[in-house]
Amino acid sequence: MKPVFSVILFTVSSGAGLGLLALLVLADLAVGEPGIITLLLGGALAMALVTIGLVSSTFHLANPKNAWRAVSQFKRSWLSREGVFALLLYPAALAYFAATWLDWSLAARTALGLATVLLAWATLFCTGMIYACLKTIPRWYSPLVPLNYVLLGHFSGALLFAALMVLEGGAGPALVGLALALLVLAGIGKLAYFLKFRAHPGRHTLAGAIGMTAARAKLLDAGHSHGTFLTNEFGFRVARDRAVALRWLFFVASFAIPVVVLLFSPVAAPLAALVCLGGLMIERWLFFAEAQHVVRLYHGQVRV
Amino acid sequence: MKLGLVIDLDTCVGCHACAVACKEWNGASAISGPLSDYQPYGAEPSGVWFNRIRHYEVGDYPANKTLNVPMSCMHCEDADCVTVCPTGASYKRDDGIVLVDQDKCMGCNYCSWACPYGARELDESSGTMKKCTLCVDRIYDELLPPEDRQPACVLACPAHARMFGDLDDPGSAVSKVVREREGFGMLPELGYKPVNRYLPPRKPPEIPVDRSPAPRTSLAEKLKAWASLAVSR
Repeated sequence: MKPVFSVILFTVSSGAGLGLLALLVLADLAVGEPGIITLLLGGALAMALVTIGLVSSTFHLANPKNAWRAVSQFKRSWLSREGVFALLLYPAALAYFAATWLDWSLAARTALGLATVLLAWATLFCTGMIYACLKTIPRWYSPLVPLNYVLLGHFSGALLFAALMVLEGGAGPALVGLALALLVLAGIGKLAYFLKFRAHPGRHTLAGAIGMTAARAKLLDAGHSHGTFLTNEFGFRVARDRAVALRWLFFVASFAIPVVVLLFSPVAAPLAALVCLGGLMIERWLFFAEAQHVVRLYHGQVRV
Repeated sequence: MKLGLVIDLDTCVGCHACAVACKEWNGASAISGPLSDYQPYGAEPSGVWFNRIRHYEVGDYPANKTLNVPMSCMHCEDADCVTVCPTGASYKRDDGIVLVDQDKCMGCNYCSWACPYGARELDESSGTMKKCTLCVDRIYDELLPPEDRQPACVLACPAHARMFGDLDDPGSAVSKVVREREGFGMLPELGYKPVNRYLPPRKPPEIPVDRSPAPRTSLAEKLKAWASLAVSR
């Protein structure tokens, strides 16, 4: 699949924003930390990241004037569900932060906070399901995809949370522990994803795709002299060496450097968060670049 | 109703006339036309097509064969392209035809990701997704003579390799030929229940060859035969 920058930025940015938002609200409800200024700054940062993501996602639309219709198919489309949850998140989160600022009753704050957290989780899960519901792309049709979206969103959100805590003299041991736990879970999830599809030969074959299951088949002529929408959208290739190198870069940037920073110098958390987000951009680029659509069979690829 | 196409892979000669006729009719149609071309006279011509024909070699020599495979929308019974569409632009009609409402599409490409057959193509000029309409503006047009109420591709095919009809009706001509020739749908394992059917190539009739063992001949006769070949006059 062709990696599109606007979609990569969208999923990384809103993923981190949603993770940060959920963790902030949970921390505030559970232990009454962080302080009100940090909480509001964090909320603003989270909503800014979500907004950057949502705005960015409209840049890949060829006809954005109809984008408002994208919330109309909640019953059947994961993309529509994501849009609805993301839009509902704004009033819920704003109301929660207003309630905290104005010191409303605990019951009201708890209700608004839980609504915010549930909506953030629902939005993250829907983002993953947009990809994981496509049977046409075997590498995406896996429960690991939404799991990794949720885990990576929360892990990068926890790093941003730790970065914010520099305002209050650095993240406490509880937050560092939480960030490390999320780091380990997200690392295992991503490792499982890479291992699952390592040297995966693919179960769909060219011969099977044209109904000639008993014989070998190969493409003689694709019938067009230059690129088509299909070759442009689905024909992207990444060299195996480059993909492996990028995986290492992702693991170092998103996991190894944050581990060192969290363990030895939580004050440098803002730097670790930035490096981690950079690594996640690489991860998301690979997520697209390595995914192969079954229509490639008809264009001559023997297995997908 | 399950309106769809039946394509005979045995008789298709791969001439692309169906694709050209499709482009001609639908390019001028109000349903989703025009079908934009990019650099039509330039260095890298490309454009929107509803129907593409690809050519394959099947089997190993000497049992190999060229297979011409035209592909357009299969009008799936369980069309995932319709399910994933966030705007409601993609829809399936009661007669089985899958269409895109050009006034609602936002051009997100998501439906084209959901389609395994490459049947949907984004038109960069309008920014909307376009696809085979099964010539919905021909097949119900009562101003046309009844024999012309068929998709343009079917009418254009010089080899009569394309048939149109209701695949839900077991008595229809298309259903009968699918039964007789064991027609199949593509990528059934994905579960989208494509309606269009492909008729596999027939086994070519074997060329008769005398395979009876050569009659036994004596050594003297063999020598005589050799001598009459080796010695001239």
